Amino acid sequence: MEAISMLVSAAAEKDPNTTGSGLTALGAGLAYGFAAIGPALGIGNLVGKSVEAMARQPEAAGMVRTTMFLGIAFTEALALIGFVVFILLKFA
Amino acid sequence: MTSGSSPLAMAVAGEAPEVSISRDLVKRGLIATPVLVLISAVAAGADGAWSAAFAVALILLNFSMAAWLISVTARISLGLMMGAILFGYILRLALITLAVLLVKDMSWVSIPVLGVTIIVTHLGLLFWEMKYVAASLAFPGLKPDVAEWRASRAPENH
Repeated sequence: MEAISMLVSAAAEKDPNTTGSGLTALGAGLAYGFAAIGPALGIGNLVGKSVEAMARQPEAAGMVRTTMFLGIAFTEALALIGFVVFILLKFA
Repeated sequence: MTSGSSPLAMAVAGEAPEVSISRDLVKRGLIATPVLVLISAVAAGADGAWSAAFAVALILLNFSMAAWLISVTARISLGLMMGAILFGYILRLALITLAVLLVKDMSWVSIPVLGVTIIVTHLGLLFWEMKYVAASLAFPGLKPDVAEWRASRAPENH
């Protein structure tokens, strides 16, 4: 609960009465939100196909898991870029 | 590999290549940490150095947690592994957000350095690791050390 209240207070931290800070908060939220949607779809697709490949060809499971892990990490980088844009807009 | 009634109920046995890759990533991350901390210290002073160290720790924990989730759940079933990866993505992103929100107001934090180091460390380590990944049927994880591999095959030749 404390974590949620921290998130809420962080969102409302800057002066809410100016249009500029409101737009900054909106931009930060949109940047993080949209940046998280793309990788989520990508990871879902990637893992679904990897599971299919492992089920069809169990002897290649090790190789598939390796490429899957690296694929997840690379896809996640997009979400991290969105997160960094969020913290730079909001707190820097 | 053992099979169940449905492909999603199948479990993957054997060694976990992602764990060896994440261990290697952590090893390389620890090698790169002094360099990143030094660059950040030059750019933003002591605050920058602490922020860079914190960012590297976050990224290494993120890699380790991702690999651990996959290796543990793959031994149970592919369906569970799929769910754990998808929910794990949200969970790990939330943990990174929480960790940054918890420290953002502390005196030693430089937000720009923290943000840049997160991206540079994550992508840099991944590209560096690509050089050492084999991903072939014979060597599904990391490329083998040639000397060790020859030594292990030597008794077979006699």
